[in-house]
Amino acid sequence: MEMPFSSGNYLRGVPFPFCAGCGGTTVANVFLRAVHELGHRNLQGFVFCSGIGCSSWIPSPHFKADSIHTTHGRSIPVATGVKLMRPNLNVVVFGGDGDIVGIGLGHLIHAARRNLDVTVIMVNNMIYGMTGGQVAPTTPQEVKTSTTPYGGFERPLDAVSLVASAGASYAARVTTAHIQQLKGTIKKALKTKGFSFIEVVSQCPTAYGRRAGFKNAGEMLHWMRDHSISIREAQKLSENEVKGKIVIGDFVDRKLPTLTERIQSTIKKASKDGPD
Amino acid sequence: MGRIEVRICGLGGQGVVLAGQILGRAAVIDGMNVVQTQSYGAEARGSAAKSEVIVSDKQIGFPHVRKCDVLVALSQSALDAHCKDLKESGILLVDGDLVSRVPERIDQVYKLPASRVAETRFKSRMYANVVMLGALTIIAGIASKKAMKEAIEASVKRETQEANLQAFEAGLDLQA
Amino acid sequence: MAGHLSSGTHFLQGNEAIAEAAMIAGCRFFAGYPITPASEISEYLATHLPKIGGIMIQMEDEIASIGAIIGASWAGAKAMTATSGPGFSLMQENIGYAFMTETPCVVVDVQRSGPSTGQATKCAQGDVMQSRWGTHGDYASIVLSPNSVEEMFYLTIHAFNLAEQYRTPVILLADEIVAHMREQIHIPPAESIDIVNRRKPKTQEERFFGGEEVPPMPSIGEGHNVAVTGSTHDEFGRRFTADPGVHQNLVTRLVGKIRNNAELVMDFEAYNATDCEIGFITYGCTSRAAYEAIEMARNNGINAGLIRLKTLWPFPERIVQSMARNAKKIIVPEMNVQQLFFEVERATKGATEVIPVNKIGGGEMLTPEELYSQLKGSEN
Repeated sequence: MEMPFSSGNYLRGVPFPFCAGCGGTTVANVFLRAVHELGHRNLQGFVFCSGIGCSSWIPSPHFKADSIHTTHGRSIPVATGVKLMRPNLNVVVFGGDGDIVGIGLGHLIHAARRNLDVTVIMVNNMIYGMTGGQVAPTTPQEVKTSTTPYGGFERPLDAVSLVASAGASYAARVTTAHIQQLKGTIKKALKTKGFSFIEVVSQCPTAYGRRAGFKNAGEMLHWMRDHSISIREAQKLSENEVKGKIVIGDFVDRKLPTLTERIQSTIKKASKDGPD
Repeated sequence: MGRIEVRICGLGGQGVVLAGQILGRAAVIDGMNVVQTQSYGAEARGSAAKSEVIVSDKQIGFPHVRKCDVLVALSQSALDAHCKDLKESGILLVDGDLVSRVPERIDQVYKLPASRVAETRFKSRMYANVVMLGALTIIAGIASKKAMKEAIEASVKRETQEANLQAFEAGLDLQA
Repeated sequence: MAGHLSSGTHFLQGNEAIAEAAMIAGCRFFAGYPITPASEISEYLATHLPKIGGIMIQMEDEIASIGAIIGASWAGAKAMTATSGPGFSLMQENIGYAFMTETPCVVVDVQRSGPSTGQATKCAQGDVMQSRWGTHGDYASIVLSPNSVEEMFYLTIHAFNLAEQYRTPVILLADEIVAHMREQIHIPPAESIDIVNRRKPKTQEERFFGGEEVPPMPSIGEGHNVAVTGSTHDEFGRRFTADPGVHQNLVTRLVGKIRNNAELVMDFEAYNATDCEIGFITYGCTSRAAYEAIEMARNNGINAGLIRLKTLWPFPERIVQSMARNAKKIIVPEMNVQQLFFEVERATKGATEVIPVNKIGGGEMLTPEELYSQLKGSEN
């Protein structure tokens, strides 16, 4: 018999600090549902690492689990040290687009290259929300922000393709307008051996929505739903036809040797005969 | 025995640093206090290289050689650069095939065919440094033969241990 | 705890002595990024750490390196990184994080010439103030300064012990000369070396960030639901981003646990320190020249003395003041353009004349002759 979901098993009871309509709350709730459906009755066996930014507050201190709230952009290096010394723990990183692919981008690529066995959930709200709406590496060019008042002059980054090409086991994009798909994707990521990366395109009505011309969170969710396209469909279209759309789905899902496996075999080799 | 300051100089790739390390290790095996340093540059092979060893029965403070008791030069340019630091009573060892001009003021000069011996006996000039160490052991007596052999074994790759020990013996024979 | 070498006399490079000592101190995780003159530490540990089940990983930069050791420390491991000036600069933010979150770890800075790339392979002592004040905000550092290969070994073990005892990052401030020289070193039997391990919480304890000077430290993965944050937090780890009292309590305790224990942390070696007319305050490689200068002075009838600091921070004020009471002059020789000099001047409060002697460039040390001539010249 399946146990009913009870948030008290997973949350400390500290209220989330997010604005009304923020996608961060959705991601937190869907994540916990996914964990529940995978059969975890609590978060023992998990450790959460996060950096600085709104979505770094998803696990810390709200999840009833071990959590390390690190400096800006450095959650993945800290998660690396944790995972290597405690390979049996499920290590999950939460962060925003500024944290993960702005200041911390180098670490993301290298973690994917190493196929480090952690799950990184990047909540992409396409803006620096906590600091008041500055341009992010993910901001669409036409959107004006507080630091690009005439519009942007840079291309936004496709983080999922980058992680896929760097060598991760699993990389996917989904939005907060696709709750069921989001839950399924999180479950898949948590079950993946090796590096798993999810970009969750999410609404920030406060810092992004009003700048991009949305009245409220609901409008943003509708827009995200209507402008998403599956990767399978996108592959049939030209680059121009895909422009302005959110390509969602699994970009890669494959079995590759993981960093933990490789390090363990190095230790075995070294303790047997040394490097000569 | 007081304090002996040795400088080995030559070009990168001649094994100058390894020679200093072997000498230093041997003196430690003999129970002496030792400080060994080396010139450490980003420079590539073929540029100037230097290794210094200070051996003393007392504690060693300042780690660098200022005036050497023994100077070993494996190239003309190295000798030209360093011979000013040799004490008047100091001993100079040079590879006679690589160094032709030796200042007249130096009394105790040993010209040794180290690279020739290395080339003819071991088919590689790479062993010239250890041939020189053999000769140095007889001439300057800084570390014992036994300790030198032990230090060579501990300092070189297993595959080249035998050849290095033979090169050392060949160096001993040069002064026997 | 097992190192790679057996006990007895060895001929080691300074960097190798650090790596060997780390293993004996219980270090089982090392993360680093290549940099001259510190790379031999990574290389030694890459070879020998896996043999005893430990992990050495080369990270993408120094920021990631210190991040990884912080993670490993919370996973229960003793952890270390090693770098030189440029990398040490990059680590500063996370050194502050380790201080704020009370994460024990050891950071080795093998000093080289700076600022910036400077003379990358040459020795200097220019990071003395950075090791004290490198990160932002109010904090206190523990910084140790070795002057020989054997001391590289002992102060590395001491650095781990202090890190574990006080739950704080400890900096081993070495220099290129001591790191690259080779000397004889006597490694004692493992059982004769004191090893300190962090105090772990008993089952019911929850206050991992306060309640006492050095709270117990749980490891993640042991069911404590520990919440670690670099933001201001209370003793339970709860974030308080505006409350002035919580911030004041936290930072006062964190600084206090080092300041209040300064007498226990500080270590030095003294020769004729309190009765000399002229004295050196010296540290690191430069002290080796100072010892010889003192011997020359003694042979020439000059009443000279010396204090060699093994702990630079917290600054051993008391011993410096004890020299200043009788000495007419105190000379502070350094391979920088005056750093610890100002601290000595501050500590002596005008009780005596403090004279800086400085040399930079090319990694050239102050020589015993140069220092002796300073003693001689200051005699009158």
